[in-house]
Amino acid sequence: MYRLTTRTRAGTATEIAVLVVILAGLALPAVTTRGVIQDLFFILTMLTLAQIWNLLAGYGGLVSVGQQAFVGLGAYALFAGVILLDWDPVPAILLAGLAALVLAIPTAFFAFRLQGAYFAIGTWVIAEVTRLLVAQRKALGGGTGISLPREATSNIMGTDAIRALFGVREAAARDILAYWLALVLAVAVTGGIYWLLRSRLGLALAAVRDNVDAAQSVGVDVARLKWAVFLIAAAATGLTGALIFLQTARISPDAAFAVTDWTAYVIFIVVIGGIGTIEGPILGVLVFFALRSALADYGSWYLMTLGLIAIVVMLFAPKGLWGLISARSGLHLFPVRRRLAGLKIEGGI
Amino acid sequence: MIWLDTLVQGILLGGLYALFAAGLSLVFGIMRLVNLAHGDLIVLAAYLVLMGVTLLGLSPWVAALVAMPLMFALGWLLQAAVLNRVLGKDILPPLLVTFGLSVALQNGLLEAFSADSRRIPAGTLEGASLDLGQVTVGVMPLMTFASAIAAIVALNGLFYHTALGRAFRATSDDAVTAGLMGIEPKQVFAVATGIAMVVVTLAALYLGMRANFDPSIGPARLIYAFEAVIIGGLGSLWGTLAGGIIIGVAQTAGAAVNPEWQILAGHIAFLTVMLLKPRGLFPRAVD
Repeated sequence: MYRLTTRTRAGTATEIAVLVVILAGLALPAVTTRGVIQDLFFILTMLTLAQIWNLLAGYGGLVSVGQQAFVGLGAYALFAGVILLDWDPVPAILLAGLAALVLAIPTAFFAFRLQGAYFAIGTWVIAEVTRLLVAQRKALGGGTGISLPREATSNIMGTDAIRALFGVREAAARDILAYWLALVLAVAVTGGIYWLLRSRLGLALAAVRDNVDAAQSVGVDVARLKWAVFLIAAAATGLTGALIFLQTARISPDAAFAVTDWTAYVIFIVVIGGIGTIEGPILGVLVFFALRSALADYGSWYLMTLGLIAIVVMLFAPKGLWGLISARSGLHLFPVRRRLAGLKIEGGI
Repeated sequence: MIWLDTLVQGILLGGLYALFAAGLSLVFGIMRLVNLAHGDLIVLAAYLVLMGVTLLGLSPWVAALVAMPLMFALGWLLQAAVLNRVLGKDILPPLLVTFGLSVALQNGLLEAFSADSRRIPAGTLEGASLDLGQVTVGVMPLMTFASAIAAIVALNGLFYHTALGRAFRATSDDAVTAGLMGIEPKQVFAVATGIAMVVVTLAALYLGMRANFDPSIGPARLIYAFEAVIIGGLGSLWGTLAGGIIIGVAQTAGAAVNPEWQILAGHIAFLTVMLLKPRGLFPRAVD
């Protein structure tokens, strides 16, 4: 007898290692400084955005340049929930996911009529339209932006418990809460994508990625698949956006809908790490952060270097750093390939 | 007669957008390349012209003439050394490379020229206007529009009446077959990008003389230019002019209703055209 499996020894080892890292990550605020927590928050949110964009472009073939629409709208939905509806910021994050999902429906309806380059530009224009419309909402600060009111940030759900637990000030407790939520979100998104790729849907996605016509000919409903991927990605991006601006507690249309921050850097992370793999964005975000730390004192030189590195990687290692490592070592930390296990070959000529 | 004034100003503004877009239209039409750095290249050219004016004491027109061959060389080199390597069926590699170039250019310019907004001094032309009875039009917008027409006539002449243009069209229709006929597509692409950069320099001259610019304004110009190209349809330069005019008129009309709606109205016009005609109004080439 034989069976179909995606399990490998490296995969199981990774799962155990990841579990240990997650547990350590949850306990980390007890032993580390606020600066480290803020850095980790940044890494985790960028990782989440990168995994989502990788799902869209690397698997779904949807090269969107307009993900900042969902980051921005999600963030503004959080602020609207807190400022206009008087919600606690933590449940208001869910409102952000919902708002992004609602925006994604007309966006997909429109953008899916467009092909290739037109799709990319179309999504960007929709993001611009969303930014301009949001900038006209005077109740949310208009073009200049707005801060979360003190009474809303001073007693966010759970911060009292965190203050008591770690003996920290209120601002630090808010950072820890945001960090925990970012950790949960990053794990949920990465784990969710891993699970998705190993399911039947993932098999269909991989087929679409490799050849749309061939996938269609064996019965994959490509249109439905793209809708599903786009909507899931939009909702998750909205949640991430809300979290990012919950941590900064201040928002403006230019920051929330920045194409460089929420799309260009995210694309760089995915491509430098390796598109079409789960390992790629993880490696990419670490490289991105290392560069940022190393070149932090050089202002715009850092961004210039990042742009040039992305070009060099695309020219000479189009599968990214993880592609290089994986090709040399044959290593897959998150195996999604189906293999036959328990097969005994007997007889033959 | 306010609506007539709005219409005329909108059409003239469309000339500027068509000028932004003409180079992009050429490159996009011939090799389907999405150059996300196009707007930043316009800004780079504007700084080149500005340096000619401030450092060498040239008039803006002469400075633009000096900058044109430099930009041609830059475009040729960019295409031959970088972009030719990533062209293919997959749009992601060129998209990423030009995104990288865009970020690198923006920050390079920021480092070299600071974030201060600058302007190319145009002397008496700056405030000059012509009274046409019903409406008054600025001399600068009129010259911009005339230059856009001239650029498109010149490009079309090149496209339809020269051997190089034949090579452009052949490569646009089918690069592989064109290759069999003795055309070197990569060579053709490099020349095309070089020519696009010459048009970019012309666009930069007007961009810099008409309004202030700084290193961060590239992406917005890129979006207007792309909208004009897509509205017009792939491979049609007159279509690009029509696209530019549609966006220009929509923006001026939007601004006449409410200043906050200017940019928004242009985008809405683009989205509407895309909903009705996803391939643009006058598509010539097939994607």
